[in-house]
Amino acid sequence: MSDKPKIAFYWCASCGGCEESIVDLAEDILEVAQAVDIVFWPVAMDFKRKDVEAMPDGAILATLVNGSIRTSEQEEMAHLLRRKSQILIAYGSCAHTGGVPSLANQFTREEILRYVYEEAPSVVNENRVRPQPRHGHNGTAVTLPEFRGLVRSLDQVVEVDYYLPGCPPTPKLLKQAVLTLLSGNLPPKGTVLAPDTAQCDQCPRKETKPVDLKITEFKRPHWTQIDPEKCFLAQGIICMGPATRSGCEAQCIRGNMPCTGCFGPTTRVRDQGAKILSALASSVNAREPEDIEKIMDGIVDPVGTFYRYSLAKSLLRAKVTR
Amino acid sequence: MEDRPVSDKLSTSVQWEPIIVAFFCNWCTYTAADLAGVARMGYDPNVRVIRVMCSGRVDPQFVLDAFAHGADGVLIGGCHPGDCHYVEGNYKTLRRYHLLRRLLRDLGIEEQRLRLEWIAASEGEKVSKTINEMVEQVRALGPLRLSRRFKEWDAELASLEAEAQSEEVVAHV
Repeated sequence: MSDKPKIAFYWCASCGGCEESIVDLAEDILEVAQAVDIVFWPVAMDFKRKDVEAMPDGAILATLVNGSIRTSEQEEMAHLLRRKSQILIAYGSCAHTGGVPSLANQFTREEILRYVYEEAPSVVNENRVRPQPRHGHNGTAVTLPEFRGLVRSLDQVVEVDYYLPGCPPTPKLLKQAVLTLLSGNLPPKGTVLAPDTAQCDQCPRKETKPVDLKITEFKRPHWTQIDPEKCFLAQGIICMGPATRSGCEAQCIRGNMPCTGCFGPTTRVRDQGAKILSALASSVNAREPEDIEKIMDGIVDPVGTFYRYSLAKSLLRAKVTR
Repeated sequence: MEDRPVSDKLSTSVQWEPIIVAFFCNWCTYTAADLAGVARMGYDPNVRVIRVMCSGRVDPQFVLDAFAHGADGVLIGGCHPGDCHYVEGNYKTLRRYHLLRRLLRDLGIEEQRLRLEWIAASEGEKVSKTINEMVEQVRALGPLRLSRRFKEWDAELASLEAEAQSEEVVAHV
């Protein structure tokens, strides 16, 4: 194999969208492929875990891991790739802050398994069979990974060097990140490789945001005729922009949908959900408890809306009484 | 915001005592607490008072962080509606409080663990009454002990690391 720097990609609990975003580099992928050797990429190339195990520690320049960590196998792979890589990058919302899968942290393992294997309307499972970590079959033991009690971000399992945020990250940010890695001029460890300003700062509708939002009603986007020019919050539609990092080039907003927060918080914010809660609540135009309650009732699912991509990395991490 | 074991130690002592973190507004509730002290009104020693310039300064992150580091309850004290030194601060607090209580409930933290009270500078007695009441309520709810729970949740990670190491040993034999 050539002495070009080695890069690896891996996926854990994810939907495949992050893999898609790598392919979305389009012709630029040739530029990347010319500069590096891709030594491991299960979704696209035929290398196996044993190939990674055979490499000396630190042999890979950088590994980009997408997906959150739910199973023992994902944990093992995270540890293995950490050991083999000089730089480990959490790629995408799930690896960065837990992502949509970490909304499952509102339920116990038992509740999840019971629903999926017994109660879901499309399930037929009369004997209530559940997957077991170990099972004897014709004298051979077969195994499955352990399903952990919590969904975790990558950095809750192994040390992470950099983060590429987004659901998924944009090809532009990925290309920039790879070029930065190759330049050797590395940012401080722990850096999120995207601008450190709030989404509102780069929003094309910035000028239409009033100083005082005076929200009198929260409307759901699918029940609303949305003005394509006006600030979503000024229309009473929840937009995560004030509590979300920029860098996505306002793709959803340009598609006339509010920001849902996939880029996570900026460095000044520890808990994205608490921050948007603070911003929204303070902008509600009511002073009496009954009026406040009435307006707040328009927010149907605060946890799912405010922590859509970040429950695992929130201060409470999960529903604490699961 | 590292895990501070101090609170954990307190809440695991033989006789559990609730820990209440109280954010008091400089202009009213904090002054009232001062008045309570000067007037020698007793109140339960379970409260840890943090002075803020306005109840509106209490970022919901502060409340979650207090719980995450071992608080069993959080009390916010501000000026009566209309009396805010900064005109609007306490109204913002009131709105955040309503939404935050709902969020906490959805995440498994009982609503009684978060309390908002308007206490004017002259109401020393109300400080003492509110604190005593809240300590009793939280005592009845029992310990929250989140910092300890987080450690228990992560015990499953340690088990894997041990297993992976032993498997590696076997593989290399």
